[in-house]
Amino acid sequence: MPTNLYRDRRVITGLLGEISSLAKGLSGPIRLMEVCGTHTMSIHRHGLKGLLSEAGVEMISGPGCPVCITPDSFHEAAIRLVTERENFVLATFGDMTRVPTRNGSLQSAVPAPGSMVKIVYSPEEGLAIARRERSKDVVFFGAGFETTIPAIVLTAGEALEEHISNFAVLTAFWIIPPPLRAILSSGEIKITGFLYPGHVSAIIGTAPYEFVAREFGRPGAIAGFEPGDILLGVRSVLRQLRDGRPETANEYARVVRPEGNPAARAVFEKFLEPYDALWRGLGRIPRSGLRFKPAFAEVDAGLKYVLPPAEGVEDSPGCRCGEVLRGVLAPPDCKLFGRACTPDSPHGPCMVSFEGACYVHHKYERRKT
Amino acid sequence: MCLAIPVQVVEVDSAGRSGHVDYLGTKIQANFALLEGVHQGDWVIVHAGFAISRLDEEEAQETLALLREVRSLDPQ
Repeated sequence: MPTNLYRDRRVITGLLGEISSLAKGLSGPIRLMEVCGTHTMSIHRHGLKGLLSEAGVEMISGPGCPVCITPDSFHEAAIRLVTERENFVLATFGDMTRVPTRNGSLQSAVPAPGSMVKIVYSPEEGLAIARRERSKDVVFFGAGFETTIPAIVLTAGEALEEHISNFAVLTAFWIIPPPLRAILSSGEIKITGFLYPGHVSAIIGTAPYEFVAREFGRPGAIAGFEPGDILLGVRSVLRQLRDGRPETANEYARVVRPEGNPAARAVFEKFLEPYDALWRGLGRIPRSGLRFKPAFAEVDAGLKYVLPPAEGVEDSPGCRCGEVLRGVLAPPDCKLFGRACTPDSPHGPCMVSFEGACYVHHKYERRKT
Repeated sequence: MCLAIPVQVVEVDSAGRSGHVDYLGTKIQANFALLEGVHQGDWVIVHAGFAISRLDEEEAQETLALLREVRSLDPQ
């Protein structure tokens, strides 16, 4: 099914032309929030940020990068585990190891004797280490949204089934709709509409976003990740504004079913329960996080190692990642951006993650300004 | 984190719960526990080692038709 039509120059200029005409017919500034780090990356990589701005649509990044929204206290807990426990393996995705906290990062941490930090590409790789090295305790430090959570939880389920008792998960599980409500309710920034994430929606479907149109009167569209996909999403939001009929449009129907993926949601139901989670920059949001049900305490690193619950700790001095995540600060407007804070020496997670708004701006937009 | 791209299924094990997909010419392992009835030749989205969605051919064609229409309207 591969095709270049999603990147065809005439398709892109055609869609931008339509978007520009729609924008001209609307009053006031049009400010759309993309709520997915992969959208942020694609929008900047393909130059759509500037092109959409010329067409009259300002794109703002939201809290769509799991590495970024995970507060420092989670990273500090992971650092404590691997520095204080002997014969311990802390397995995690690469960018998680580089997040700077007041206690350093996982990358700079000096593990206890026989312990190590191991970068893996999937949670199953973490479980494979536990299978191989039964004398070591292995913890997979997993931060993720609805897309990633099923993979991590099913891996923990495999460990339970196979009685691999030296494997557990340090969960930093976040769900996307609650922070949208928090951002809309705070009124700190006026968002005209939303570009909803593609693969989170493949899991949750369309229903969880419906409150945005119903309660807040804001339009939104689920979009894929190719330039053509993103512009179809933006066009849909603008059409909804023109018609005065906000809804949850699905412009990524080849991947997203209206009902999402029921098998993945059954995994949530079986293993997890919602709780009022703490987000970097957004504070505590009702029912915005997932954690293991008490019946699965065996694979929950927080319970297994009696870790204290996450609390709000200060970000690195001067780091304004929290404001970037709320969409109220554009990365280049931070004093540290590109000077004291760069991808090689990041002050906060927004400059660490490949999907972080600061990293993406630094990589794709810096030379233009 | 959501760097999931469409890949084609090249092999499914007998239980249908895992197999291999072709990722830019490389055969990699994938878990199919979250999708029912995965067959060789299917296009799926794989994320963190798990297939999370199957591409719908009909919907894909509809989007492509939309894009072709946009292109045909471009005067260049």
